[in-house]
Amino acid sequence: MADSRTKPNSNLGANLGANLGEWIFHNVTRLFALLTLLLLAGIIASLVYGALPSLAKFGPSFLWSSGWNPPMEEFGGLVPIYGTLVTSLIALAIAVPVSFGIALFLTELSPAWLRRPLGVAIELLAGIPSIVYGMWGLLVFAPLFGQYIQPFLAATLGRIPFLGQLFQGAPMGIGLLSAGVILSIMIIPFIASVMRDVFEVTPAILKESAYAVGATTWEVVWNVVLPFTRVGVIGGIMLGLGRALGETMAVTFVIGNSDQLDTSSLFAAGNSIASALANEFTEAVSPMHTSALIELGLVLFLITFTVLVFSKLLLMQLARQQGKKT
Amino acid sequence: MDLRLRRKLTNIVALFLSMLAVAFGLFWLFWILIDVFKLGVNAIQLSLFTQMTPPPGSEGGLLNAIVGSLVQVGLATLIGTPFGVLAGVYLAEYGGHTWLGKTTLFINDILLSAPSIVVGLFVYAVYVAQVGHFSAFAGVLALALLVIPVVIRTTENMLVLVPDSLREAVFALGTPKWKVITRVTLRASMAGIVTGILLAVARVSGETAPLLFTALSNQFWTLDLDKPMATLPVTIFKFAMSPFADWQRMAWAGVFLITLGVLGLNILARILFRQKH
Amino acid sequence: MPGLSKSELRMTDTTLQEPPATALSPQITFRDFNFYYGKYHALKNVNLDIYRTHVTAFIGPSGCGKSTLLRTMNRMYDLYPDQRAVGELRLDGMDILDKSVDINHLRARVGMVFQKPTPFPMSIYDNIAFGINLQERLSRSDMDDRVEWALKKAALWDEVKAILNQSGMSLSGGQQQRLCIARGIAVKPEVLLLDEPTSALDPISTMRIEELIAELKEEFTIVIVTHNMQQAARISDYTAYMYLGELVEFGVTDQIFIKPQKKQTEDYITGRFG
Repeated sequence: MADSRTKPNSNLGANLGANLGEWIFHNVTRLFALLTLLLLAGIIASLVYGALPSLAKFGPSFLWSSGWNPPMEEFGGLVPIYGTLVTSLIALAIAVPVSFGIALFLTELSPAWLRRPLGVAIELLAGIPSIVYGMWGLLVFAPLFGQYIQPFLAATLGRIPFLGQLFQGAPMGIGLLSAGVILSIMIIPFIASVMRDVFEVTPAILKESAYAVGATTWEVVWNVVLPFTRVGVIGGIMLGLGRALGETMAVTFVIGNSDQLDTSSLFAAGNSIASALANEFTEAVSPMHTSALIELGLVLFLITFTVLVFSKLLLMQLARQQGKKT
Repeated sequence: MDLRLRRKLTNIVALFLSMLAVAFGLFWLFWILIDVFKLGVNAIQLSLFTQMTPPPGSEGGLLNAIVGSLVQVGLATLIGTPFGVLAGVYLAEYGGHTWLGKTTLFINDILLSAPSIVVGLFVYAVYVAQVGHFSAFAGVLALALLVIPVVIRTTENMLVLVPDSLREAVFALGTPKWKVITRVTLRASMAGIVTGILLAVARVSGETAPLLFTALSNQFWTLDLDKPMATLPVTIFKFAMSPFADWQRMAWAGVFLITLGVLGLNILARILFRQKH
Repeated sequence: MPGLSKSELRMTDTTLQEPPATALSPQITFRDFNFYYGKYHALKNVNLDIYRTHVTAFIGPSGCGKSTLLRTMNRMYDLYPDQRAVGELRLDGMDILDKSVDINHLRARVGMVFQKPTPFPMSIYDNIAFGINLQERLSRSDMDDRVEWALKKAALWDEVKAILNQSGMSLSGGQQQRLCIARGIAVKPEVLLLDEPTSALDPISTMRIEELIAELKEEFTIVIVTHNMQQAARISDYTAYMYLGELVEFGVTDQIFIKPQKKQTEDYITGRFG
């Protein structure tokens, strides 16, 4: 780091000090950036290490075997893995169209005076802690859901062949479907604000040219804005999916926490990876139980990691596209 | 003619559905907020702030949980902020174009939305399991790990926004880079960075999952970081899941306090940021 | 502002020139037309006729309202809530400003091309077919014919006939702009509005577009906003000079450029101001 551009009259000591200061500052900041990188490696390594006993004993069949029997030390992750995926998919099925509608309203329809307050409200709601959703879901939503909505669904959708199997059984209020609905309410603000942001990057002139050939608002959004922002929209949806998959509190309260699942009905109680961890981890007595739970955590991390990397890559691609055009 | 009519109808139906979506979204969110405020305000009483968490069936408050949350969130912010700011400085000012910089920025965005319960598991594995017991300090670590990515992200964002002409003007005086950064660029983006820190605090104040296997909870008053310590979210979780009406009532009070605090921090962050920009 | 007296700047009532004998009939008429951005009065008492199957150019310094005037003819300003027009604006006698006008139909009759090329995020073929599909249902072969017709009209067919399935964004800037013109004429509008269509293009592409405009005026009424006075002189039949939201002078292009009636116009055209 010896820098030799000492000017004739410069104070050599001060210059050295400045260079040293520069060297220290540069490397301290670099160290912390590196630590951030190592954090990810550390998380993966520690989870793999913790899961080793379970990995060794159950092998890959852990992913598709459904026995979860702590006293017998028999563990299979199928039920919580299934619950995680199903609740997240229900959440997406509800949240994506609703968020699209909200983003459409915010960017194309809303009167100017409503645009800002509504946008801010949605962003603020994205900040509400998930425990609020969970607790409200358990104490307010689930009883009403079981009393009114589930019987209604069973009487309507439940009669459709095949699809109807999803809406059978006792309406208990809590269960996979309730967890999915609560999750969807929670991720709507996330997805809606990402969608709004990407819709807003559509150049006004592009929208105007679509209007200029006589397209209606809907035709402009569906045929021009959506294809133009497709990559960002998918990225935003994946971001919401990442949230839903890893969410603990909004799910734990209402999913029913059952390790058994012998029906295809969404009314049934189930479990998700995050809620299994939240409920059982501190009570796990045997090392194998702990290890199996850590393996579940590892599975969850890998799933969300994949989804998030994918969403990040898509959003980066949109940004690059954007950069090229200007 | 028929085609024009159909296009018009499609448009009207689609736009109507869009408004319905807004109504649907707002319906739930307002319902939740109204319940939280209604049930929360009813449950608020002075004893919440003066007494410890009670065993079922007896009177008590949330004092130890509130203080526990303040202590742990506060310490996590103290640890996470310098870490995040320094790493953010590296990404924005030094290594943004290097392999390390690009990768870290990417990884940081992943960490930003990684499941918080997994962060809890990580701290359990590397700290709790090693020392052999749950402790408030483990909770602080877990929360700090959640603060860091948020602070890195905003620091990096805000520094990149500082115009290069300002940097060049300071360099032109013969200032070494690290002084340019610490004396000028960091100060120029101070409001944005503080906003980011506030948002990070807001986020971790409501976090429950990463505390379950780290700080655990504690029915009694303690400020000892080496012992389990209660926090508001974990206490709410425990109380809300219980069958006892008075515990549930206190959970509503707790949820009300947290919502108020988090919304307050978010609004404060917005006001601060708007003033400066 | 040398050469401009205050009285000339304040002048509000615009004296129209005698329509030249060759003009058939006005297709679009502005009478006492005013336009507002919120409270800002952007166009003041404009009276103007746009003649059928001729090229009319709007010239004037930046911010004079020429683009604003252009965008009223297809009611593009409707997209923005705080913009409004007052007065009379007719297309073949139909009141364009009337709320009951089917705005999508109006825009099908009055096409528009923008400063920057704006290909839609779809294939070249679909870019053309998009607007047509909105207005009518054509069989596949009719559609192929129409797409080919539009691309030929826009002098783009030979360059893209082999790559119709490629994204419209893959073309060069000049080609993209001709694609946008093809898209505009594919729906067979009566009027084509061009908002500085060559400002983002290189000289060769600009020349091709100018040639194209000369051919298109056989069939379409063309209104073009341009910053480039040589361009206005080369391609237009009529020229309107605007300043500070007012229509200062309007007339046959040759007359405007050779012997303007107003000193203000002359100053602008000769480059003494603007």
